Amino acid sequence: MSKKPNRTSRRGFLRTALAGGAAAIASPALTADSNPANLPPNVADWSKTLGEGVAVRTYGKPAKSEAHIGRRDVSWLTASPQSSVSFTPLHEIDGIITPNGLCFERHHSGIAEVNPADYRLMLHGLVDKPLMFTLDDIKRMPRVNRAYFCECAANSGMEWRGAQLNGAQFTHGMVHCVMYTGVPLKVLLNEAGLKPSAKWLLLEGGDAAAMTRSLPLAKALDDALVAYRMNGEMLYPENGYPVRMVLPGWEANIWVKWLRRIEVGDQPWHTREETSKYTDVMADGQARRFTYVMEAKSVITNPSPQAPINHKSGFTVLSGIAWSGRGKIARVDVSIDGGRNWRPAKIDGPAWDKALTRFYYEFDWDGSELLLQSRAMDESGYVQPSKTELRKYRGVNSIYHNNGIQTWHVRSNGEVENVEVG
Amino acid sequence: MSRWVSSALLGAGILALIGAGVAAAPKSAGHAPRAEAAKPLGIGREAKSDEIAGWDIDVRPDGKGLPPGKGTVREGEAIYMQQCAGCHGEFGESAGRWPILAGGENTLGSNDPVKSIGSFWPYASTVIDYIRRAMPFGNAQSLTNDELYAVTAYVFYLNDLIKDEHFELNANSFKSIKLPNERNFRDDDRDVAEKSLWRKSPCMTNCLPGPARITGRARVIDVTPESGKGPKVE
Repeated sequence: MSKKPNRTSRRGFLRTALAGGAAAIASPALTADSNPANLPPNVADWSKTLGEGVAVRTYGKPAKSEAHIGRRDVSWLTASPQSSVSFTPLHEIDGIITPNGLCFERHHSGIAEVNPADYRLMLHGLVDKPLMFTLDDIKRMPRVNRAYFCECAANSGMEWRGAQLNGAQFTHGMVHCVMYTGVPLKVLLNEAGLKPSAKWLLLEGGDAAAMTRSLPLAKALDDALVAYRMNGEMLYPENGYPVRMVLPGWEANIWVKWLRRIEVGDQPWHTREETSKYTDVMADGQARRFTYVMEAKSVITNPSPQAPINHKSGFTVLSGIAWSGRGKIARVDVSIDGGRNWRPAKIDGPAWDKALTRFYYEFDWDGSELLLQSRAMDESGYVQPSKTELRKYRGVNSIYHNNGIQTWHVRSNGEVENVEVG
Repeated sequence: MSRWVSSALLGAGILALIGAGVAAAPKSAGHAPRAEAAKPLGIGREAKSDEIAGWDIDVRPDGKGLPPGKGTVREGEAIYMQQCAGCHGEFGESAGRWPILAGGENTLGSNDPVKSIGSFWPYASTVIDYIRRAMPFGNAQSLTNDELYAVTAYVFYLNDLIKDEHFELNANSFKSIKLPNERNFRDDDRDVAEKSLWRKSPCMTNCLPGPARITGRARVIDVTPESGKGPKVE
């Protein structure tokens, strides 16, 4: 029973489907690894013998058959894996919470392995009293629990000029959503006391890029968190252990990881990450800067190119996620004809402020070709635009903040491809 | 699909209700509690000035934070060739996919914008700040202040921002370096410039003049990991 049904069989499925036509699709991928000896009327192996006892698995992992699920990178995107990105497998998860080990990664100089005993957070600048905090200090403070999405500004950035990467993991996988535990930043600022001239904060990481971003004071005093836990566990090293910034609804780049220093000042610093990167070049060559808010966006995660439909027709559930940096998701619409006609999707589970929100759309599939789209609307009334609309405003060279509507083409054999429609 | 379209039309009444729900949705109240803003908790200790000095390495556009030290273009060339050119190219043109440092003037409005220091970056301070904190890649914060000024001077020289190879960069002369693209940045204006994206009732039926047409396919581009060896669709 340790055979592994996994992505190779999925790919095999695609290949056979294309080569052999409809007949080859009759046997879905997963049954290829099935063992008749375990099927009724036979009694399965696991029903007859003792399994492993407790505490053999001191830290549990997903079932062996699920071991292929993981973050992946696109090696041609970047010059080195230390300054690169890996993507969350959105097509393999459901609900709104991302498992810690699947949260996308973006590092600028690799993962900093911080010794918690040597961790220090320095707070200085335009304050009454510059302060130094240990990790224990931070964990002693009043804390809150909040689930927020965290999305890289460059999520879907490869798709500005057209459909390019064939999988929701690669087109939309630079987003995750976990429950953070942390201290409101304003609690820390109150310990130091802000000078009246304070207007901006510099956030600095302790990694070998000493990643820095300028943060407007208003956000710092609003909902900014100095977080140390994700989904109850201490942050994972790749997500900033032991302490990172959480800036709800704002681009992930400013959520500085391995946070080591906060300086209070009276003007922005214009660091590399907010000038040469994370600024949005418009069609006329001018650039928008400080484009913090991640706008309403959604994507159907199942089916999607890495997760084809394995039944030929009949009752079908489309599943997807929506989110907005401007607040709660108010509604999601779904189209199966490429955006010509829309119907409201069903939101299930919590629709929290600035968190991923899960939607479903159920219908009887007649087995004909589909052009699937989803369209998110947030509580501010902002409606996720089509890619064509977005390009009218921004051209195709922006790299960042592509929240255009995604189209998946479903063939009658269940295979799915990332396409553009006009 | 046609069955679906007709039920979409029937659903129009439901949509009106949903639209009303959107309008009535409560504004985000903001999570963070306000109560603890009053009295400090007394947690943490005072940061000492030498501790701050060791970590406070940022430099602002107005020159605040520039360290003591100096270096010339000539001195910088040797450091650059040894520690930077491998990735960024001898002339700052970039080797492989590493960031380009020089060139690309007048390309920002073109189909292929080249975002170098000279063509795109708005502030000279960003260059010295970034080199000081993050370069050389894999050996961060290893340059002396004199080496930092020298190699920064050389990078400016590659961008024609300094013409004389005997030019000495220091905290004072730094202020003479201005980058040409500063005026082409503007603060986020999406709320105003893209106001039409806020709409009460987005189109639900017959939103396209005819059936949607596929205009591009990812598999034709064929750059997705793991699917690279798969069959082409067309």
